[in-house]
Amino acid sequence: MTDTDQQLANADKKNFETSASAITVKLVYFAWVRERVGKGEETLSPPSEVRTIADLMVWLGARGPEYADVFEAKKDVVRAAINQNHVPPQTSLEGAREIAFFPPVTGG
Amino acid sequence: MVVRVQTEDFDVGAEIKQLTAGRTDIGAVATFTGLVRGGTASGASIQSMTLEHYPGMTENELARVEAAAHDRFPLQASLIVHRIGELAPGDNIVLVIAASPHRRAAFEAAEFLMDYLKTKAPFWKKEAGANSEAKWVDARETDQAAQARWQAQDFD
Repeated sequence: MTDTDQQLANADKKNFETSASAITVKLVYFAWVRERVGKGEETLSPPSEVRTIADLMVWLGARGPEYADVFEAKKDVVRAAINQNHVPPQTSLEGAREIAFFPPVTGG
Repeated sequence: MVVRVQTEDFDVGAEIKQLTAGRTDIGAVATFTGLVRGGTASGASIQSMTLEHYPGMTENELARVEAAAHDRFPLQASLIVHRIGELAPGDNIVLVIAASPHRRAAFEAAEFLMDYLKTKAPFWKKEAGANSEAKWVDARETDQAAQARWQAQDFD
C-alpha cells in the first residue's frame, strides 16, 4: 500500500465515522401524541443504532414516562411521517429532516 | 385542481359558480359537504369540535388525493376545502367538488376524494361536551375499508 492509498483509506474511514455518528432531526407531534409528550416539537440526535421509525419509537419510549405513555403504551396506534410523507414503521431514517408522530387521522 | 385549508366558512354555491365560471364543457358537478354533528355515536352531546392539522403535509396530501382522482376519473375541475380551528354543531367542515362531462364520474370522484381524504389527510378532531373533558375522536375502521375498496377495484 502506497502512502496515497493509506491516505485515501484513512479518509474513507473518517467519512464512515462521520456518517455513523448521530443524526439531528426535527420531531413534530400532533393531537394526543403532542398532549401526552407535552410539546409540539423538538430537535433530537438519536444514536446511530436508531435506523428506522420503529427503532426511533423504542428509543423515544425510554426517554421518560411521558414518552413511554405514547411510544410504548400506544406503539401500535401511533403513525409516522418522514419529511411530511406517511411511512410504515420499518422505514429507514436516512435523509429524514422532519419526523412526525400522530394518531390515525380523523379529518373529513 | 385547488385545495384550501382555512378557518373561515365556505359558500357551496359560490364555490361551484367560481369553479364553472366561463366554461361550457362541464356537464356535471357533484359536491359533498361534511358538517359537525351535535352528538357522538354513543349519544353524548357535543358543544364544539376543534380541528388540528399538520401544516404543509396537509396541503401536500390533499393535492396528492386530488391528483389521484384526476388520474382515475375524467375530471375537468375539482376543489377541496377543509376547515380548521374551533367549530360548532351544524357548521361546515369539509367541501369537495368534482366536475366532469357526465354524472357518473362526478359522483364517483367526489366519493373517492372523501374516502382518500379521510384516511390520508393529517387532520385530527377533538370533541368537547357540555360537562365533560374534550376528547380526541378515534379513527374508524369503516373509513379504512371505504378507502381500501377503491384499491381492490384496481385489481378487478
